[in-house]
Amino acid sequence: MQGNPGAILPIIIGLPLIGGLINGLFGWKMSRQQVYLVGTGVILTAFFLSVMVFVRLASASGADADASFTYHMWDWIVAGDYKFEFALMADHLSAVLLLVVTGIGTLIHLYSTSYMDHDPGYARYFAYLNLFVFSMLTLVLGKNLAMMFIGWEGVGACSYLLIGFWFTDMQKAEAGQKAFVVNRIGDFGFVIGLFLLMAFIGTVDYAELKTALSDGQALLDNPATVTAICLLLFVGACGKSAQIPLYVWLPDAMAGPTPVSALIHAATMVTAGVYMVARLSFLFALSPTASTVVMIVGAITAFGAATIGLVQRDIKGVLAYSTVSQLGYMFIGVGAGAYAAGIFHLFTHAFFKACLFLGAGAVIHALHHEQDIFNMGGLKKKLPIVRWTFLISCTAIAGVPLTSGFFSKDAILAETLMGEAKAEELANYYERGFRRQARIQLTNEARAKKKLPGAAITPETLTARADQLRAGFIASVKSLRVWHKVAFALGLLGAFLTAFYMFRLYFITFHGEYRGDPHVLEHAHDADWKMATALIVLAFFAAVAGLTGLPYGHNAHNLFFHWLEPSLARGEHFVDIHMTGALEWGLQGLSAAVGGAGIFLAWKLYKDGPSEQSDALKARFEGIHNALTNKYWVDELYHAVIVTPLRGISQVLFALVDRLTIDMTMVRGPGYLLLGLGEIGRRVQTGEVQTYLVALVVGLAGLAWYLV
Amino acid sequence: MTTIPLTHVLTLAAMLFGIGLFGVITRRNVLIVLMSVEIMLNAVNLTLVGFARYNAMLEGHVLAFFIIAIAAAEAAVGLAMVLAFFRLRRTVNIDELRLLKR
Repeated sequence: MQGNPGAILPIIIGLPLIGGLINGLFGWKMSRQQVYLVGTGVILTAFFLSVMVFVRLASASGADADASFTYHMWDWIVAGDYKFEFALMADHLSAVLLLVVTGIGTLIHLYSTSYMDHDPGYARYFAYLNLFVFSMLTLVLGKNLAMMFIGWEGVGACSYLLIGFWFTDMQKAEAGQKAFVVNRIGDFGFVIGLFLLMAFIGTVDYAELKTALSDGQALLDNPATVTAICLLLFVGACGKSAQIPLYVWLPDAMAGPTPVSALIHAATMVTAGVYMVARLSFLFALSPTASTVVMIVGAITAFGAATIGLVQRDIKGVLAYSTVSQLGYMFIGVGAGAYAAGIFHLFTHAFFKACLFLGAGAVIHALHHEQDIFNMGGLKKKLPIVRWTFLISCTAIAGVPLTSGFFSKDAILAETLMGEAKAEELANYYERGFRRQARIQLTNEARAKKKLPGAAITPETLTARADQLRAGFIASVKSLRVWHKVAFALGLLGAFLTAFYMFRLYFITFHGEYRGDPHVLEHAHDADWKMATALIVLAFFAAVAGLTGLPYGHNAHNLFFHWLEPSLARGEHFVDIHMTGALEWGLQGLSAAVGGAGIFLAWKLYKDGPSEQSDALKARFEGIHNALTNKYWVDELYHAVIVTPLRGISQVLFALVDRLTIDMTMVRGPGYLLLGLGEIGRRVQTGEVQTYLVALVVGLAGLAWYLV
Repeated sequence: MTTIPLTHVLTLAAMLFGIGLFGVITRRNVLIVLMSVEIMLNAVNLTLVGFARYNAMLEGHVLAFFIIAIAAAEAAVGLAMVLAFFRLRRTVNIDELRLLKR
């Protein structure tokens, strides 16, 4: 092979970086058109290159199942046996994300050229947006966890910059800060997990990790360690992907421009956590406990966020909680061992959620920054393109049969219900660990009885104890099975709620009578060609992307899942999914019914906008309604329990330590000392000539005596 | 005429210098201080002339002449300053001369 085909990878990530730097450094000198051209152009080019990568990978797959391109840039840190290198890799999994990021990124850049047309900060905006894409691509294309973390942090920083884009509004600036701080909390967990991996295995490179964790080597043979690492990494994912308890930043993040919400908080950044788990599927698969935690947290988030979305008034608020909820579904998928299904949902969700956000943006733009849906209504006449693309995306997210969302959501739910970890296989993997653990336990017990361990440890006792541990492990894994059913139930309920609140949103916004200021309605215009293009393309994919996932289930081979196999194989090795054809159809029917019920209920209540029936319902369940409107008071709880004490402590520390101690002694001390000495020294200058003469004579005498 | 030993001359000059120095340091009246300075200058003159005579050189005498001239000038200037200061402060007490003290 002449030349390295992976050499295209640094170009792909380099282009947005250069674009961002140009717009950032010189944007103030450039015209709007030039900035738009540079900003959108680099991403478009990156997209074409990504397609090339995809095609090359596809054609290479024939010979080598685990095809990937790598590119080594330089060694970053080399310390003894430890090495962190700047290296990129494109395999089947990252290719999917690559296309999503650059493809949807291009559309959103295009959309932004229209949406941000009246904003004076356009150069800054496009610079940040490009830098974001750069960071996201680094995250996706990284060859090891350290590279991923660099991108991880980068997207967090760009998210902060973009959410707080209109920072002159204090609230928006605070939203940006909140996003960054909460993210950082997650990052802490991620970093500790990364360090643990480094400590136990000595590498964070994906390929090396895979080898180190394969059956023969089993470098990590203690189930508890693996669980700990996975949970810590998942904490990071919770922060980045807005799961409980670190989801609170996402609804606030709606303070940013809507295209930002579409790109960052729907399609790309928030999916980084899911991508991470999928990328490390071989690690998470080794810890059924951690995977179950992932699944349940995802399930609770999916359901909980959906409940909050039921009562939101802000058009972007509904979509924000919807995103949190849908991310929960993705985590249900990857937690249950259905990695391909989770990524499939990531893929479809990117399309319909971006479309929904851009549609919302178009509505907001048309109505001159009105965001309260109760001030909208009847927009279907004025904004037909927006209305239809929005509707299509709503059907997708609600899981109407044959839309992309239907297939991905159903795949997740079905595989969650019917999936379970292969206890026997895992027990085989941890064999060495059990033996080691048995030895340690027997030694400790012997010591406790004040006996010499040598006698107690015989091959028979060792084997017996190891078998005991093994049996215990298998039992615990099997007991986790029940949680799959819990997750399925929550997911199903959540699907009902999703369909309901999305169509509530649609009907209230687009149907019925307009409830707002008539003057505003007059000026409302449909999306221009730039926005419309983005909306239509996304809606199209929202509708048809699901076809790549057909057929699925019970040993079926569909394009999407088959494509991802090489990357996820080791993870899926430890998971069993018992599906039959009949069960499949049954579950699909159930999903469809649940979604349909949600849509039907929304139609009944809201088909002409908010009705007496919906108001009556609100009054009847006032308590619950109150709780939901206040988002279960989570923000208030955090503020009271964490923020306020922290600020209090820092105030105390400031007054006591900083001002009193440090300022007094160390900062002003030397000053005062010098002043004092100066006062003493001043007394020499009496101004009287005779005094000076005395000094002169004394000095002279001394000198004379010394010399003579 | 019996020759006076050099040591006698030098001793006298030294004592005169000391008296003058003592006067400069101690006395309160500016005019007395100026007189004491003159005494010191004369002591130096005596030393110079003594050495010149003893070593049969003319340089000492010449320098002594210079010093006399300068002493005269300096006395004039000094008295002018005393006068100026007296017009300002109406005193000749040297302790009052503290304008240099902050």
